[in-house]
Amino acid sequence: MSATAPVAGRKWKRPPLFFQSKALRYFIYGAALVYLVLALGTLNINWVRVAEGTERAGRFISGFIQPDFTTRGRDIWNGLIESLTMTFTATVVGVLISVPIGIGAARNIAPPFVYMVCRSIIAISRAFQEIVIAILFVAMFGFGPFAGFLTLSFATIGFLSKLLAEDIEDIDESQSEAIRATGASWFQLINYAIQPQVMPRLIGLSVYRLDINFRESAVIGIVGAGGIGATLNTSMSRYDYDTAGAILLIIILLVMAAEYSSSHIRKWVQ
Amino acid sequence: MPVTQTETGKIWQRRTTREQWLGWLGWIVLVALFMYCWDVMNRGTMWSFVSDAPRQAADLLNRSWPPRWSYMERLWIPLWDTINIATLGTLLGIIVAVPVAFLAARNTTPSAVIVRPIALFVIVASRSINSLIWALLLVTILGPGLLAGILAIALRSIGFIGKLLYEAIEEIDETQVEAVRATGAGSMQVMDYAIVPQVLPAFAGISVFRWDINIRESTILGLVGAGGIGAQLQSSLNTLAWSQITVIFALILVTVVVSEWVSAKVRHAII
Repeated sequence: MSATAPVAGRKWKRPPLFFQSKALRYFIYGAALVYLVLALGTLNINWVRVAEGTERAGRFISGFIQPDFTTRGRDIWNGLIESLTMTFTATVVGVLISVPIGIGAARNIAPPFVYMVCRSIIAISRAFQEIVIAILFVAMFGFGPFAGFLTLSFATIGFLSKLLAEDIEDIDESQSEAIRATGASWFQLINYAIQPQVMPRLIGLSVYRLDINFRESAVIGIVGAGGIGATLNTSMSRYDYDTAGAILLIIILLVMAAEYSSSHIRKWVQ
Repeated sequence: MPVTQTETGKIWQRRTTREQWLGWLGWIVLVALFMYCWDVMNRGTMWSFVSDAPRQAADLLNRSWPPRWSYMERLWIPLWDTINIATLGTLLGIIVAVPVAFLAARNTTPSAVIVRPIALFVIVASRSINSLIWALLLVTILGPGLLAGILAIALRSIGFIGKLLYEAIEEIDETQVEAVRATGAGSMQVMDYAIVPQVLPAFAGISVFRWDINIRESTILGLVGAGGIGAQLQSSLNTLAWSQITVIFALILVTVVVSEWVSAKVRHAII
């Protein structure tokens, strides 16, 4: 705040919210404006096609309001089962693998060499989004939920190990010192000093990742990795909007239920 | 924590017997559920394809190396499109998300009974559908192209920005609001002088963070026809041109790393 005294004849003016220097402010606003003009200029939208789309939008909205769960009920059911099973198995396997990697990637308990290796594994797993990994795994392992399972497990490793490692680095050192003072081995140290401190967070993160994996399982089907996404993609390319509406409703409801229960479980364990 | 007295002295155990049994039961249920899900999931799996995977991987690597770097010159325009999808989509998302967030925050909503649940529903609905699925819908409705991508990114961003922003609004320091109100300010002036300055850093941080995520997501929206680098990826996948796919993956990686760096720098400068 500019420290102007409330003297008669002088007015207080609010300082600018961003960029206190005037020149910098005008430069940034100008650059943003130039970018917007350029970006909008190269947008190249086919308005005729968009206008045609309104009719389809109407059909889609009516499909949403009157979803058709029965005609393709079998396909929807199979897709859903594939999604749910692959979410669960991938989360379990992902958590099992990421616990040792997470311990190895914690600076305070792992030797430097192990630390480097584990951190690079995490970096590789986090570099690409699930879809890109799914494309590769589908090419290697063939279509279907097995490729999806591998994708989700792989993605879980990067997410969970990183957060677990950060959590282990943040622990209360006095407790591990106390355990170390009893002459405990490294494994005993992990078991009695580290694990009780990070366990609630680990459970919370696993449940959270379960929730994320379900969302992702609805997407990776688009590139052939099985699950409800594949069913959705098929119904969209058939212009079968009633079924697509039903699938979307199911996805929204399940995601909401998963998010609601996962936040409850996380509150409960922590 | 139970301590049992034996002839040789006290023995300390971490858990009671009951806790131990319950723990084991939990593990057994988990393993059984895992086995069952694994079985159901792999009903249709062709194990011959799976065992073939190392050979497939070697073949893939063979075909994707060396990368066809000359393909880069056809990627600059898609890259520009991708950045535009992310940026314009984020802007559009912000424009919608800000009022929604103010309607959803408990301390600024005009009516906690009617408006707040509607705003919260908008946020949840937008968050529960991935931008790729939004793009899939919009492409069939609006036709392939950048517009579908921008709208998909915007629709997904509303929920993200809206949620984090309304939480930030609910956490503001009420004493400042009271102080400004005590000067006789109207409700809009209270908003302008007491609430907005408090949430502005959070807002800028959230927007830049979402922009970074959006860059990441917009690189693949083209897989369903929403323009950008993903469109080139899709056509290369269809023609199995793996040496081009390597180039595209490399470009995606560089773009994502650069955007992450920019967003981290900007957020660091703000906070």
